[in-house]
Amino acid sequence: MLRLEPRPEASRAMSIASPLIALAITVVIGTLLFVMLGKDPLRGLAVFFVEPLRSSYALTELAMKATPLLLVALGLAVCFRSNVWNIGAEGQFIVGAIGASGIAMLATPSTGGWFFIPVLLGAVVGGMLWAAIVALLRDRFNANEILVSLMLVYVAEQLLNYLVYGPWKDPNGYNFPQTITFLKATQIPKLFTGYRINIGAPLALLAAGAFWVLLFRTYAGFRLQVGGLAPAAARYAGFSSRSALWTTLLLSGAMAGLAGGLEVAGPLGQLTPHVPAGYGFAAIIVAFVGRLHPIGIVLSAILMSMFYIGGELAQSRLGLPQSLTGVFQGLLLFTLLACDTLIAYRVRWKPARSDVAAVPAAPRAAASSLAASIEAELNPVIASTTLPARGGS
Amino acid sequence: MDQIALLIAATLNSGTVLAFGALGLLINERAGIVNLGAEGMMLVAAVAGFAVAVHTGNEWAAFGAGAVAGGVMAAAFGVLVIWLNTNQYATGLALSLFGAGFSAFVGIRYTQEKLGERASFHIPYLADVPFFGPAFFRQHPMVYLAIGLTIAIAWFLYRSRAGLVLRAVGESPESAHALGYPVRRIRLAAVVVGGALCGVAGAYISVVYTHLWVEGMIAGKGWIALALTTFATWRPARVLLGAYLFGGVTMLQFQLQGEGVQLPSQFLSMLPYLSTILVLVLISRNVSFIRINMPASIGKPFFPG
Repeated sequence: MLRLEPRPEASRAMSIASPLIALAITVVIGTLLFVMLGKDPLRGLAVFFVEPLRSSYALTELAMKATPLLLVALGLAVCFRSNVWNIGAEGQFIVGAIGASGIAMLATPSTGGWFFIPVLLGAVVGGMLWAAIVALLRDRFNANEILVSLMLVYVAEQLLNYLVYGPWKDPNGYNFPQTITFLKATQIPKLFTGYRINIGAPLALLAAGAFWVLLFRTYAGFRLQVGGLAPAAARYAGFSSRSALWTTLLLSGAMAGLAGGLEVAGPLGQLTPHVPAGYGFAAIIVAFVGRLHPIGIVLSAILMSMFYIGGELAQSRLGLPQSLTGVFQGLLLFTLLACDTLIAYRVRWKPARSDVAAVPAAPRAAASSLAASIEAELNPVIASTTLPARGGS
Repeated sequence: MDQIALLIAATLNSGTVLAFGALGLLINERAGIVNLGAEGMMLVAAVAGFAVAVHTGNEWAAFGAGAVAGGVMAAAFGVLVIWLNTNQYATGLALSLFGAGFSAFVGIRYTQEKLGERASFHIPYLADVPFFGPAFFRQHPMVYLAIGLTIAIAWFLYRSRAGLVLRAVGESPESAHALGYPVRRIRLAAVVVGGALCGVAGAYISVVYTHLWVEGMIAGKGWIALALTTFATWRPARVLLGAYLFGGVTMLQFQLQGEGVQLPSQFLSMLPYLSTILVLVLISRNVSFIRINMPASIGKPFFPG
């Protein structure tokens, strides 16, 4: 009988191997899926893992799709590390895009090329504002941030619809629900001519560096994480869980908003109901697959971007629905979480039931050391928090 | 008068969806497990139920398919969370994200299909009573089933030994384990039942409520059902009342749109979500009230050693 046995210490090797094992399992399931659908599995896999790397143009497209994922996931990683469950990044992304559009539409033909800066600031403010609602309701009224942030996604979608169907609709747009095409001056500067990629990509890499410094080299970052790892210890040390809540939510809202602004003022060039592309949700997967670590997140953002581009290609080349992307993304997170068990446990073969009497007093100690090791590795909640109440009374 | 009767009827109908989902989630939360995958389970069940309804034309087979789909997904979640001790929030989210993608993928061939109008149901004699007839007695059988289920679950939780054990597992898995109850298997059973009921809710939406399948059609009802269990402080009767309340808000939105209220339709569409936030804020304000009623081990892993 297979049994899980707690490791005395969380396995570092496994914490790196686990995403790779999960990816391998996802690929195997994907291969089976292609066979079941009557498609050549090799072609199917090539569409996801080879085609997006084929040419310099493909590579820049890959980087461009990875940019919003990376930005959003960085913010979420800080949230999850400090045990704040912001899963409404999609809504903050939308309101960021709305904020950017509001500023972008103020541009006049004489506006200079610097105008993209206030546009992005508008995006950041929009995202922060939306996240601030979550922080406020959690802080003042103890309202569960998972549900509030998620409900606000639907509200943001309706807000976007209202604007593009109503006051912001392009009067010369043949009644399509979209704003005017933003003026050239508002455009995010491009990196190379002939490619769509803009300064968002290097900006996101820079942000990853900044988050690494914040998390692992500053006292503020340390304080944020202690609250997630050991709330009691954080309280004892006098680290405010309220300020952690506000900081992480505003930070992740700002990042999601920025990503929304880069999209709308970058490749899209106007606000439409199709702005929300699910990046806010996919970024949750990116954050976990990247181990909530900035370097890991860079890699997983690229991987997830391959899934996106692969899904588009699967539609055009293989005639498969684009929603295949979502299937693979979901599968990856699911298998990853299962594989993460190997970080804190090892699988042992034991003859059935012989172990019942063998370990009399150990369970409690094992369980508590186990809890500590899971907390240390996975960071988010698990043992310490429950759905509603946060911190002490 | 007729308008009001129709509004009541529509409220009961849309509340039934939330009731099935939230009652299911109530059961697994009473056993100490939070399943954030409700939205994903309901989506996949909506597709499964719809597909079966298209091919067989049998509503009850469709509900069964929905229940199986929800139950299977919940079982996968349960094994991860209960045996592999994965984080409940993250795993539930994974289930929701997977469900959104998978349902869209599988459902693509059903987006053009439409189910025929079903025969309307009439309870003999009662359906003909003025006002009360159209308001209460011309509903789909599932509406009455939801009420029956609420009573059954209340009886199970508070009057039966098995219900007591389930609550014990949710309050203190260590004590239940020490008494010799198979905590993990009980939790898994609760999670599967919860998933199956979410599945019935999902199938009801596509098969009875809309007669069609659209990608992402659950539109947050799974999350609202999750919120409902908190609003209802984990009590079955309050879950049912809350479900009707939110069903009413959803219907009011359509009613107001129909009456040409001078408010952009998008703001009316926000109503169910805004009212969820509002009620969440009102209920959660009182921390100790929530804490007294909440199953003590909710969200926490249990490792029997």
